[in-house]
Parts: sequence; structure tokens; C-alpha cells
Amino acid sequence: MSTVLYDVPGPRARRLARIVGVLIALVVAGALAWVIVSLALPRNGADGSPRPGYFDWSRWDIVNDRAFWRAVGSNYLNTLRMAGLGAVLAIVAGVLFSFGRTARTALVRVPTTIVLEFFRGMPVLLMMLFVLLVFSTGSYWAGVLALGLYNGAIIGEILRSGIAALPRGQREAGLTVGLTPLATRFLIEFPQAARNMLPIIIAQLVVLLKDTALAYVIAYDELLRLVPKLSNFYGDRYRLSIFLIVLVVYLATNLLLSWVARIVAARTGPGAGAPRIPKRGRIFRALRGREVSVAKVPDAGVGGGVAP
Amino acid sequence: MRFRTAGTVVALAAAGALILGGCTDSGAPAGDGGDGTTSEKVPYDEGTTMAELAEAGTITIGTKFAQPLFGLAGPDGVPVGFDIEIGKIIAGQLDIAPGDIKWVETVSQNREPFIQSGEVDLVIATYTINDDRKKVVSFAGPYYEAGQDILVPAGNPEGIDGPEWFADNPDKTVCSVSGSTSVTNIQEYTSNVLEAADYADCLDPIRNGQAVAVTTDNVILAGLADQSDGEFEVVNNPFTAEPYGIGLALEDTEFRMWINDVLEQSYEDGSWDAAWESTAGAVLDLPEPPAVDRY
Amino acid sequence: MDAVLENLPLLWGGFLRTLALLGIAGVGALILGTVVAAMRLSPVAPMRTVATVYTELLRNTPLTLVLLGFAVIVPNLGLAPAGLDSRGQFFVLASIGLTLYTSPFIAEAIRSGVNSIPVGQAEAARSIGLGFGQTLGEVILPQAIRMVIPPIVNVLIALTKNTSVAGGFFVVELIGASRGAINARGDEVVAILLSVAVFYLVVTIPLGRLQAFVEKRVAVLR
Repeated sequence: MSTVLYDVPGPRARRLARIVGVLIALVVAGALAWVIVSLALPRNGADGSPRPGYFDWSRWDIVNDRAFWRAVGSNYLNTLRMAGLGAVLAIVAGVLFSFGRTARTALVRVPTTIVLEFFRGMPVLLMMLFVLLVFSTGSYWAGVLALGLYNGAIIGEILRSGIAALPRGQREAGLTVGLTPLATRFLIEFPQAARNMLPIIIAQLVVLLKDTALAYVIAYDELLRLVPKLSNFYGDRYRLSIFLIVLVVYLATNLLLSWVARIVAARTGPGAGAPRIPKRGRIFRALRGREVSVAKVPDAGVGGGVAP
Repeated sequence: MRFRTAGTVVALAAAGALILGGCTDSGAPAGDGGDGTTSEKVPYDEGTTMAELAEAGTITIGTKFAQPLFGLAGPDGVPVGFDIEIGKIIAGQLDIAPGDIKWVETVSQNREPFIQSGEVDLVIATYTINDDRKKVVSFAGPYYEAGQDILVPAGNPEGIDGPEWFADNPDKTVCSVSGSTSVTNIQEYTSNVLEAADYADCLDPIRNGQAVAVTTDNVILAGLADQSDGEFEVVNNPFTAEPYGIGLALEDTEFRMWINDVLEQSYEDGSWDAAWESTAGAVLDLPEPPAVDRY
Repeated sequence: MDAVLENLPLLWGGFLRTLALLGIAGVGALILGTVVAAMRLSPVAPMRTVATVYTELLRNTPLTLVLLGFAVIVPNLGLAPAGLDSRGQFFVLASIGLTLYTSPFIAEAIRSGVNSIPVGQAEAARSIGLGFGQTLGEVILPQAIRMVIPPIVNVLIALTKNTSVAGGFFVVELIGASRGAINARGDEVVAILLSVAVFYLVVTIPLGRLQAFVEKRVAVLR
């Protein structure tokens, strides 16, 4: 669609685009350089004494400390453990929720809807505290349950929209050949919806990973918790450095997961079965135009946020 | 009953000796009483929490993991500090080795719930005793009396001498931790309070000119000053009394009284002093141990 | 329950600040998100690149880093908004951070809305000679708006909950205020947390119902 909005650029448009491009590059590079230099310069501490700049080695020499990396590794594993089991629970819960939400009997549908709305509306932080206090589980299980139920509610919504976006003929065909409504849902609608929505579901799991940082409030030793812990141990001057290292780890993990999501989408998404058109230009891509009603899909990937 | 009365008598006698005889022996070698094995055993009855814990050979204690001098965990995850040493003294009386103590990190939102649910047996985490908390948990001790104080840049450029300074300078911002008693206390002098998530977060606003001081318990400030390579100093004019107690289950009076006995004994046999010297003593002077409150 | 009533002024103040963050960041993200979406679709290639990089970077960065950048690094560079007291400064910085973080999600929602319009609409507009701005403004966007509202409402619900992250960066919003209440009344932690939950649900559930309502109204029968 985006390629149909304007003509292929001619020579004047191309020159204009180049000028704009150079200007933008200069502005961005200039801003970035200014920020880096300002941070790297030595500054005055609160008492007026000179302190090293943020990129000075004295603020980064803990990277040579093996114990530091062991702590990073161990907390990272804790984060992954909670995210992993939470993801499994979220998928299972999501499937169940989607079934309940699209049930024909109001007796099942209405309570499920209420429960779903409740879980979607609550901040994850609060849910973790609730599970911990009301059910007295350990902090690991409180985090897993809260993350699993919250993201399960969202995945349930995603699957429901996926099922609703299917052509009605699918369900009708299933009922015609004699399958019960439940069997139709399970054998025909659900697999297609899951395949269509897989990239969005994976995006939601990326959010789940980010949300594990909220588990600090239930005393779970996850990755972001290292920032106050280790800067208290090694010294205040390392705070920003530790924070940057931790965030690079998060960023790398998220990008990896998103990349996996993209590959999965290409392989199994709606257009996956189509013959591969060589990517020889935007015109070819436009010709492949698929019309999925994307607007009906809840915008996953935003989620409950990450708290320090 | 006989034991308890005898214990109380000994405690009173010890207290009397302390008052009459001056300071405890601060010259005691640091190794003495550090693990409690050379201390006299404080007795307990069968069927009490103490007996159960001694039988189990392990005890779960909630403490701070991010509090320099009092409860700070290094990369290996094992906390060290004054609260930990007190915990070791108590565990030692139950013949539980320091390595067999299970340390759990407690933050303000989960202290009372953890005690109530039995997730931890004790909480020793710079835990201030107050009446509202006494409704749901009970406190042994206090084992230390902190006071709220003010941290300023080294050299005290603004000349802050106490909380009244903020009442006189309402346009100057003071920083503290969101939701803590420190905030409520300083709000009696000024409403210009910046609330951070963590004490160390308060340092950058001071560096950037958005605040002039940090206020909280003096032991926490001492830890911050220690960590900051001399950039900050404590004003050293505490203006409140924050008794730190050991939190435990509300109904367990026997356990509480027994811990009080253990604490009083540690005051007199030097193990309390040794615990201080090996942890907070690196930065702060050795204080007088406070009288325990048996309510 | 009396713990809640006792601390109601504190909790209410936190709630108002949450609403303020939601309002300011919501409006800002809508505006910025529309601009970014337009850049993403524009004929000028460098603008498309900038918009793409901006979106990918912010979507994969945890909100904490964005807010930390604004709470710590920006004042460090001397760029803190002048003329306000410290708490006001941090409130503005947190609002800007939330706006920037939320804008790529809005941009993506708008873009997917635009992409869901049948190509024929754009082709017809082009074939009668409308330019880029006219095609977008007169033909595509009016149709896209209907499609775009449900995902945007979703983003706003998430933003409501994300305001709690600002509580870690010097802004006393609802969860930050609840910490003060819990500290004062440690005997009624559950009651206080329940009341905080109610405050959030009062905002998010109507938004969720609005989204369902709009979704039903704009359902395009295919």
C-alpha cells in the first residue's frame, strides 16, 4: 500500500531526498557526538571535587571482575527461568481463555470476559504482590503466576481476534461435515488463528520478558535488581555502567526474540504458502498485497511496562 | 518459668552493671563472640519455636540485600552486615552454623506479609518498630537505635545543620525514598521533598543541582557516604529516634522473650560490640546498645 | 479499610498524577505517533529510514531505560526544564519519556491501519491525480481512523499501566503513593493494594469497553 501512494521518484525528487538525507544524518550524528562527549568529560562532583567522566576506565573496571559476570549470569538465568515458565503458562492460559471467551453459552462466556478484563486492567506489579500475599507462594511462583495470567489474558484476546478474523466459511464448513462446534473450533479454527497470530503472540512474550523486571518487588533476584545491589557493593560510581550493561543484555535478548518472531512470521504467517516472488523491487511487494484485517487485532507488544 | 525468671534477673543485673560500670568492653578482640560459640547458652524449653528451629538445624531470616553496613549482598548473593551478624548471634544460640542460615531479601512491601505467612522466621532488616506494625507482627529488641539525619556534599556548602534549615529555606529540595518514614518525618519541616525509588538514586539530583541533601536513617547515610569516595558527608545531627527491632510472628511471645534474652546477653559478653566493629564499625563509632523493650 | 480512608488524600494525589501522565503522554504520543507514521509512509527515503530506526529502537528498549535516560542523563547534560522546582522538572521529563516510548506503538497501529485499507483505494486516488498529501489526507486516513481506534485504545491501556514505571524516577504516581500508605499502615497491606487496583481498573476497564464497542461498530464485513 505504502508504495502506491506516490510515483517512483524522478531525478529532482531523488536529489531532494539525498539532501534531506545528508542533513538528517548530520543532525543526528552531531547530537549523538555532543551527548557522548558531554558524558565523557570529567565533571565536578557535588562537593566540587573533580570526578571522572562516564566513560573513564575507573567506572568500568568491574568488567574485569569474574564475580561480577557470574552475578550477571546468575540473575540473567533467573530472569529467563521466570520468563520461560511464565510464557508456557501464558500460552496455556491464553488458549483456555480464548475458548471460554468465544463459548456459545453465556454461562461460560460472561464470567470469562469479566475475569479477562480484570486481568488485562491490572498492572502486573500489583498482581505479583497479590499472588504473593493472598496465596503465600514463594516469589518465583508469584511472579510466574502473575506474568502467566496477565499475558495469558492478552494472548487469549489475540487468539479470539484471530478466530474472529477467519473467513466465516471455515466454521460453516466444519459444522456442515458434522463436527461439533467445539471440535470445529479446536480442529479447524484454532490452528489457523494460532498460525496467523504467531508473530503477535511472540511479540507479547517479548513483553513478558521485559516485565520480569517487576519481580524485584517480591524479592526475586532478577537481572535489573543487580543495578542497586551491585552498585551498593562496588560503589556508586559504577551505577550507570552497571545499568548500561544490564540494559544491553535486555536489548540483545529482546531483539533476538523479535528477530525470531519475524522469521516465524515469514515461514508460517498468512503469506507463507504463496509462491516466493523475488524481491526485485517494491512494485513486486505491492502486487502481493494481502488483505488481513489487521485493525481487529489488539496491539500486543506494549504490555504492562517494566519497572526498576 | 524458672529459667525465664532467672534470665530476667541476670538481664537486670547486667543492665545495672552496665549503667554503673560504664561502657562495655570495647577492647574485646573482634573474633570473640563473632559466632556465638564462646557465649553462654540462653536456655529454652521443649516445644517452643527455638526447639523446632534447633531441631531443623536451619532458620530463615529476612534481611536487606542492598543496605551498605547493615545488609549488603555481594555478587555471590550472600549478605553481610550488622543485621546479618545479629542474625548469626541468634542462630548460634540455636546451634545453627552461619552457613545454615537461609537469607531472604525483604523490602518494605513484603516484610509483614512474609512474617505472617511464615515465609521467614525472623526479619532483621533495619526494621523500625512502630505501633501500627505491632498490630500484625511482634518485635524483639530494639538492638540498635538509629536516627534520621541529613547527607550533604562534602564541605556542606549550603550550611545545612538540621531539618529546621529546610523550614527556613522552603525553595531548597531535599531527597528521600518514596514511601518511607523518612519522608513523613521531613515533611513536618518542608513540603519540597523529592521522592526517589532508592537512596542511591538521590545522589545524582544533588550532583545536577536539583536537590541539596538526602535524608534518612543515619546508618544508611553513612553507607552512602562510604560508597561515594568522599563526595558526601553526614551532617551528624540525628533528629528522630528509629529503634531497629527483630520482627517475628505476632503470637510467639516465648520466642520474642528468648531473643530479648539473647540480645541482652550479647550486650554484656561483647558479641554485640564485635558484630558492630566487624561491620558498621568501619565507618561509624561504636554506640551504646539500647535497652530491649519487653512489652 | 480504614487504612485506605486514612491515606485517601495521598492515594488520590497519586491517582491524579497518574491521570496527568496518561493525559499528557497519551496526547503527545498520538501526535508524535501520527508524525512518525506519516514519515514512515513518505516518499522521501531518508525520512522512512529515520522513522523505521526510531520505531525499532524504542520498541525494543525497556521503558526503564528510556525513563532513566530522561531522569538522569538529560539533567546531567544540563537540559532539565528550567523554571520549575525539582518535582515539576522530573514530572515533565517523565512525561516526555513516556510520550517517546509510546509513540512508536501508536505509529505502528496507524501504519497497520493504513495497510489494511484495500490497495484499490490508493490506486484510485492516484489515478485521478491526487498527490501524496491529498491521497493520505482525503482518502486513506479518514478510512483508516475507524480501523485504527481499537489498537490505539489498547496502547492507551498499556500506557495507563506504564505510568507506574515513572514511580521509579522521582514521580509520585499511584503506586509510589501506595508505598507511603503501606509504610504508614503495614497492617493493612492487602486492603491498600486492592484500592490501588480499583483505581487502575476504573481507568482501564472503561477504556477496554470503549475498544470493544468501537471494534463492533467498525467491523467491516468481508
